[in-house]
Amino acid sequence: MSIIVDVQNVRKIYDGGIKALGGVSLQIRQGEILALLGPNGAGKTTLISVICGVANATSGSVRVGGFDIVKEYRAARSMIGLVPQEITLEPFGRVLGTTQFSRGLFGKPRDDAYLEKILTKLSLWDKRTAQLNQLSGGMKRRVMIAKALSHEPAVLFLDEPSAGVDVELRRDMWQTVEELRSTGVTIILTTHYIEEAEALADRVGVIAKGQLLVVEEKSRLMQQMGKKQITIQLSEAIVTVPESLEGYGLELGQNGASLIYSYDTNGTRTGITKLLNEISASGLVLRDLQTRQSTLEDIFVGLLSDSEQREASEL
Amino acid sequence: MNVRAMATIYRFEMLRFFRTLTQSFLSPVLSASLYFIVFGAAIGPRMTELGTVGYAEFLVPGIIMLSVMTQSISNAAFSIFYPKFIRTTYELLSAPISFLEILGGYVGAAATKSFLVALVILTTSTMFVDLQIIYPLAMLLMLILTCLCFALFGFIIGIWADNFEQLQIIPLMIVTPMVFLGGSFYSISVLPPLWQTVTLFNPVVYLISGFRWTFYGQADVPLISSVLAFVLFSAACLAVIWWIFRTGWKLRS
Ligand SMILES: Nc1ncnc2c1ncn2[C@@H]1O[C@H](COP(=O)(O)OP(=O)(O)OP(=O)(O)O)[C@@H](O)[C@H]1O
Ligand SMILES: [Mg+2]
Repeated sequence: MSIIVDVQNVRKIYDGGIKALGGVSLQIRQGEILALLGPNGAGKTTLISVICGVANATSGSVRVGGFDIVKEYRAARSMIGLVPQEITLEPFGRVLGTTQFSRGLFGKPRDDAYLEKILTKLSLWDKRTAQLNQLSGGMKRRVMIAKALSHEPAVLFLDEPSAGVDVELRRDMWQTVEELRSTGVTIILTTHYIEEAEALADRVGVIAKGQLLVVEEKSRLMQQMGKKQITIQLSEAIVTVPESLEGYGLELGQNGASLIYSYDTNGTRTGITKLLNEISASGLVLRDLQTRQSTLEDIFVGLLSDSEQREASEL
Repeated sequence: MNVRAMATIYRFEMLRFFRTLTQSFLSPVLSASLYFIVFGAAIGPRMTELGTVGYAEFLVPGIIMLSVMTQSISNAAFSIFYPKFIRTTYELLSAPISFLEILGGYVGAAATKSFLVALVILTTSTMFVDLQIIYPLAMLLMLILTCLCFALFGFIIGIWADNFEQLQIIPLMIVTPMVFLGGSFYSISVLPPLWQTVTLFNPVVYLISGFRWTFYGQADVPLISSVLAFVLFSAACLAVIWWIFRTGWKLRS
């Protein structure tokens, strides 16, 4: 698969001296949906701003579609649509007018049919003559998306598209994103909602403190780091794990009423059968069983605490 | 060159201008009319002639320059300050458009607006005086140049300003006094010698004098110095613009 956005060792130190990005390298593949996760202040918006030309990188380079974003900024930026995190619209503008403005700004000839298609898809066509400051927050966000799509970008950046958007609208948004991807648009989105990344992304990147901790196929990430847990509920609580079961690394659950066994889903043998046999051999009586797969959120939290520990140990 | 982008900015700026027609035309025309009434009609007849023209006639070029200079600055300054204020500049910065094209769109629109205002004031002035323009082409040329130069200057102020106070301070504290004392309402020959000398350091004097020459063929200062003042002023503005362009100053973080 070809690389459409190539970020090489980008660092960004803001004028005030805040180090927002410390040497980020990232290759975004054509046609994929990449989700960037990370806590507040991690540098997600800064990374997007640098790629889109809103902020200058302190060092490093970025290519979009093979074009350098500084030297060949016209060709590079023509390919990019940006929906920023903050909703900023000219209050007295109109929906259709502001989309036409965006299209013109990108040097594209007027195309009313195309804009109608986009506005219709985003359920904004009925509102096309509405004044922007009279729209609801969710509509405003969709206007921001319409503006970014107005010039037919090959790469779309969505900076927290679902912040402050209700559940229904979020599903609609996901659908729109899927549809866009099916037309060949590469999509990069940032989010704080793990389920959003889980539902949409092909690959997931995790950023913390200006560092890209990991970029990985979502499925592989979950598989690689994915642990499965089996919770074995006992009919009678116990105080300690029986000696015969020591080799399994069992944890004692709440009040000693359950045993928790963690195993790797990738392993050829999970050891479950043997464990269960030994449990019954040791005289314990099972009441119920539950299994749980770790979610992206668990992995995310795990990664962050790892990097914090590493940092702490470096000090 | 992304001509379409420049035209888009220009068109939307002009639309905004016509959307707020009252503010755009009425207030500058009203204040110009007030000057005509107060200085021209009420005080004018009591004034001696300046050169070969009556005081009311003498006023017309001065008042047009006064309006054009202040309007160009405030229009251009606001037009780029506004997107900064409502934070829509991300769009300008992420578009495949150069700083000079952004400048062209905004400055072109601001200059057009004040040019239109000047034409309306010129028309209005015929209600008060019998207008004569000896060199109409030179008049138009100087008018357009003034609109452009001051719009450039206004654009710089708009980019520099972080808040409304800063947006107002230079026009209020520097430009307005310079324009008022630059001979909009009087010939500098009526001043005592010392003040005449001081006034010669005010660049606006040369611009207004040159503009008045195109109407009546008489000027306070040699015509060549007026032309020179135009050239220097445009060059200075362009130099600052070039520097802003090079550094991305105050637009791109
Ligand atoms: N214009 C700016 N000037 C100075 N510092 C900035 C600017 N923008 C962001 N920062 C700083 O850079 C760091 C990264 O901010 P950024 O907005 O990229 O984070 P983020 O990952 O998008 O966070 P969030 O999830 O809250 O949107 C923060 O410490 C922030 O304070
Ligand atoms: Mg952000």
